[in-house]
Amino acid sequence: MTAAATLPERTGTAAAGTPLLAVRDLTLHIPVPPHVLRAVDGVSFSLHRGETLGLVGESGSGKTLTALMLMRLLEPPLAALPQGRVMLNGLDLMMLDEARMSKLRGRAISMVFQEPMTSLNPVMTVGRQIAEPLMRHLGLSSREAASRAEEMLRLVHIPDPKRVARAYPHLLSGGMRQRAMIAIALACRPEVLVADEPTTALDVTVQAQILELLGELQREMGSAILLITHDLAVIAETAHRVAVMYAGRIVEEAPVAALFAAPRHPYTRGLLASIPKIERVPAPTLPEIPGMVPGAANRPRGCAFMPRCSRAISGCAAEPPPLAEIEPGHRAACWNPADG
Amino acid sequence: MAEPLLKVSGLEVHFPIRSAFLRRRVGTVRAVDGVDLEVARGETLALVGESGCGKTTTGKAILRLIDSTAGSIRFGGEEIAHHGTSALAPFRRRMQIVFQDPYASLNPRMTVGGILAAPFDIHRIGHAGDRAERISALLRTVGLPADAARRYPHEFSGGQRQRIGIARALALEPELIIGDEPVSALDVSIQAQVINLMKRLQAERGLAYIMISHNLAVVSHVADRVAVMYLGRVVETAPREQLFFHARHPYTQALLSAVPEPVPGRSRSRQVLQGDVPSPAKPPSGCHFHPRCPIAQPRCAEETPRSRIIAPNHAVACHMVSA
Repeated sequence: MTAAATLPERTGTAAAGTPLLAVRDLTLHIPVPPHVLRAVDGVSFSLHRGETLGLVGESGSGKTLTALMLMRLLEPPLAALPQGRVMLNGLDLMMLDEARMSKLRGRAISMVFQEPMTSLNPVMTVGRQIAEPLMRHLGLSSREAASRAEEMLRLVHIPDPKRVARAYPHLLSGGMRQRAMIAIALACRPEVLVADEPTTALDVTVQAQILELLGELQREMGSAILLITHDLAVIAETAHRVAVMYAGRIVEEAPVAALFAAPRHPYTRGLLASIPKIERVPAPTLPEIPGMVPGAANRPRGCAFMPRCSRAISGCAAEPPPLAEIEPGHRAACWNPADG
Repeated sequence: MAEPLLKVSGLEVHFPIRSAFLRRRVGTVRAVDGVDLEVARGETLALVGESGCGKTTTGKAILRLIDSTAGSIRFGGEEIAHHGTSALAPFRRRMQIVFQDPYASLNPRMTVGGILAAPFDIHRIGHAGDRAERISALLRTVGLPADAARRYPHEFSGGQRQRIGIARALALEPELIIGDEPVSALDVSIQAQVINLMKRLQAERGLAYIMISHNLAVVSHVADRVAVMYLGRVVETAPREQLFFHARHPYTQALLSAVPEPVPGRSRSRQVLQGDVPSPAKPPSGCHFHPRCPIAQPRCAEETPRSRIIAPNHAVACHMVSA
């Protein structure tokens, strides 16, 4: 069985071969005198065709900034600050000028945002918003684009697509808006879809519909998905591989089954333990991670998790641990990782 | 049996929809449409459901923060649904609320000490001399340092702010606290800290909680009993374990099956509900759930199902469920 064939069933490990998207040492240091906020600090990961990589972390971990950087969507004055490389099919997105980047955005790489109401254009019909990238990137006529837009709405299971195409976003429910966002993002069949908390604003029954839809579209189009979320349960259900972020860095990365079964970084362990699960007899208290995430201005010099870590050893304060492979396909940034 | 701490029956909160022109009444949003609930002393009742189901409105009506249009609210044996401001004052001390958003529910221009002193000032409790002591005791109870009293809300993280909100709710030693999504805005690692704090306070003080939440996994850790709401009505009420493992209402079953589990490869046999929750301004006829229900029969579109007891403490409002 090839890796590509096993991926949609989420049984494979990391796919072999050249990655579709390779992010290397992505960094965003924001000078705010007298501090430097180390918002994102040397993030590297790869994404393969047809694969879903879950990027998980708590607020302030840098996961959304990572997405905005690789989409080149940071606004000035932040736009000039990112460092590192984002290789899409061998092309470094960080080196492109805005004119060239905007030719790729929406075509080769697209993004779905958390809040469908604020990211849709309120004064443009839904159909028009889907048609726009088709006309712009693929040169379709407005008539062709309009009929493709309806097709896209049908594809994301919007009932009565003809009517919805002519509707304005405020007439749609939250779930329908998120479907419309996905239709816009996927209209040009991008190779990479970046989905930032795509279901966080939705009710759980609607979330289930949207996650199923994303999986279905991925199988159909073969897109790679970078799924950004704080919700480990969503990751468990949809991702092939997971990267856990803490304080601007990736602290652990592994295939989804390995990460949940045998997390090696103490932060990942704590995070997994602290999620409430539905059990017959719940534990009287939930395991906590003591303390809180350090601010981007006053991160410890060594490992940023050390002040909260139960496995901290003397070396942890001196130097941040590198993200090192501790078994095939499983990387952890820890001086004293837990046993597998 | 002694009367429960809180007994709500037939509670209705209907909001008028008015036309832009002449403000004529053109419709009604039945946000809460005949809700019955009971909460015993020291117990946690969870009120769960999706957005727009009326769970928050129910909580606010119980606290008399908004007026109900019909029904009875008995607290400690006394009917309070129609009490005026002065008759309500003693009850306001006995019932408190913790809000979802710790960033929006604390006055940014007051110090934490000032925020925590306000309940004592309003209810004229104690004197200025023992204020500082009461406030530092409250801070200690919720695990914040004593110097927090001199600082402002923006100096605290989300989890710490929620502790301040809890301290404020505790100030007057209430018997019932309504938590409206108290941990939904918090990160997972902080969420566990706040859940544990609330459980500890309940054990120490015999508090009763109404926990309003859309997060079923959180609810399964804190609730003694669970009431599931859909479009303004309670469709199922049961003890915690019964509800999570032997739910009978098709909506409860669908809701539970939609909860993603933090275990890769699990819950693949998901029953995905089609469509969205209809608008409470135009609820479907009969059983509100029938257009999305996998087992609906013609009768369900015509007749509103009454809540029936099908097992001890387990009530279901569904035509298709038998005891």
